[in-house]
Amino acid sequence: MYGNAYIDPNEKPKSIIDGEDLIKLAEFEARIARGEKIEPKDWMPREYRKQLIRMIEQHAHSEIIGALPEGTWITRAPGFKRKLALMAKVQDEVGHAQLLYSAAETLGKSREAMINDLITGKSKYSNVFNYPAYTWADACIIAWLIDAGAIINQVANAKGSYGPYGRALDRICTEESFHLKYGHDNVVTLATGTPVQRKMVQEALTRWWPPIMHFFGPSDKISNHTEILMRWKVKMATNDDMRQQFLNMYVPKIWDLGLTVPDTNLKKNEETGLWDYTEPDWDEFKRVINGGGPCNAERLAVRRMAEEKGRWVRAALLQKDEKYVTPLA
Amino acid sequence: MINSLDPRIARENINEENNIAPLTEMDNWETYEVFHQKKRGDQHVHVGIVHAPNTEMAFLFGKEQYGRRGISVNMWVVKTSNVFASDYDDSDIFDTVPEKQYREAGGYKVMSKINKYKKENNI
Repeated sequence: MYGNAYIDPNEKPKSIIDGEDLIKLAEFEARIARGEKIEPKDWMPREYRKQLIRMIEQHAHSEIIGALPEGTWITRAPGFKRKLALMAKVQDEVGHAQLLYSAAETLGKSREAMINDLITGKSKYSNVFNYPAYTWADACIIAWLIDAGAIINQVANAKGSYGPYGRALDRICTEESFHLKYGHDNVVTLATGTPVQRKMVQEALTRWWPPIMHFFGPSDKISNHTEILMRWKVKMATNDDMRQQFLNMYVPKIWDLGLTVPDTNLKKNEETGLWDYTEPDWDEFKRVINGGGPCNAERLAVRRMAEEKGRWVRAALLQKDEKYVTPLA
Repeated sequence: MINSLDPRIARENINEENNIAPLTEMDNWETYEVFHQKKRGDQHVHVGIVHAPNTEMAFLFGKEQYGRRGISVNMWVVKTSNVFASDYDDSDIFDTVPEKQYREAGGYKVMSKINKYKKENNI
């Protein structure tokens, strides 16, 4: 018998865990502390559910919007092998969005509601995709360095407490390993190529460096969400930790190719073992994420067009007597 | 109108304003659970879900979503609503008597009896 349905009418709401069953909350936190996973039908605090939906949904949107700047280059990819590879990569990204929407759905927000929030601009997606891929080299830098950043983030979060998100991320990380190698191969080809190719890849790196530094988000000192997400193993590393890990892994590889990172302050501090860098322009980050970037309007308009043009097909296939139930895992 | 670097998008003359009606419930249909077999002889394993309007489409989407790397030899799809699943809150239904040695091969130790018998009878 369950005894928690009774709520004392004299009790007033007080805090974020207010109205939560404290015994269940303690069991929930103990389960996470033991390293066990939370599954869809398990009891969870409202804030845990809300934060996870926000995070997984944004991640899904990022995958689907992220396919757009790269997809642009499919028709103009240099050579058949690269065209095949880029098509495969873009298909993977859209597939990742499907996996992530499925994980978010298990928390009770319908796929339709998520898509609506994307196309009306209510939900965010990764800010880097509000910038255009001017040249083939931009698409190569995205495939190498943006995917590298994404893998660092996803490998960390795959160890989080929510089962369906972890399972989706495990699968995504496996698939992304080809993206990273493909991107690196393309950048190496340009960097070891003709003077024109080297110039093109250097210019692309210079353009993408600020968005790459923005990629992991503002320093956690100014991020409201971090503390609670980490306690519940929703977020597994701070934004700064992930940025440092990225710099540590990839700056030497960039320098190896004789390319220049457009930040004269960038160097590894031998005492702390951390990288010094010029603080990214967070006002620019906020301006772009709130709609002021060069491609925000285009990205959403393209997504709306896809939804609108596909609508009659989806409606024609719909069987009227079918009912939606939340996926099991 | 959207002025894009991408010639395909530039040609589309897409309106920048958001004037489409929101998606309604069931626009993306119901869900199917997907199971695949990696190689003949293995068990089928659950790999995830797809949204689909019918079983045939669910299979096509499942094949594209989970089988596109050539790692499956067989695939099943089943409507989520047709799966009867137990509730984690009821996981005590799997509890049973604490001692289950009688169900395990290791619970049967015959050598000591045989040796005792042999010793007693000088065999």
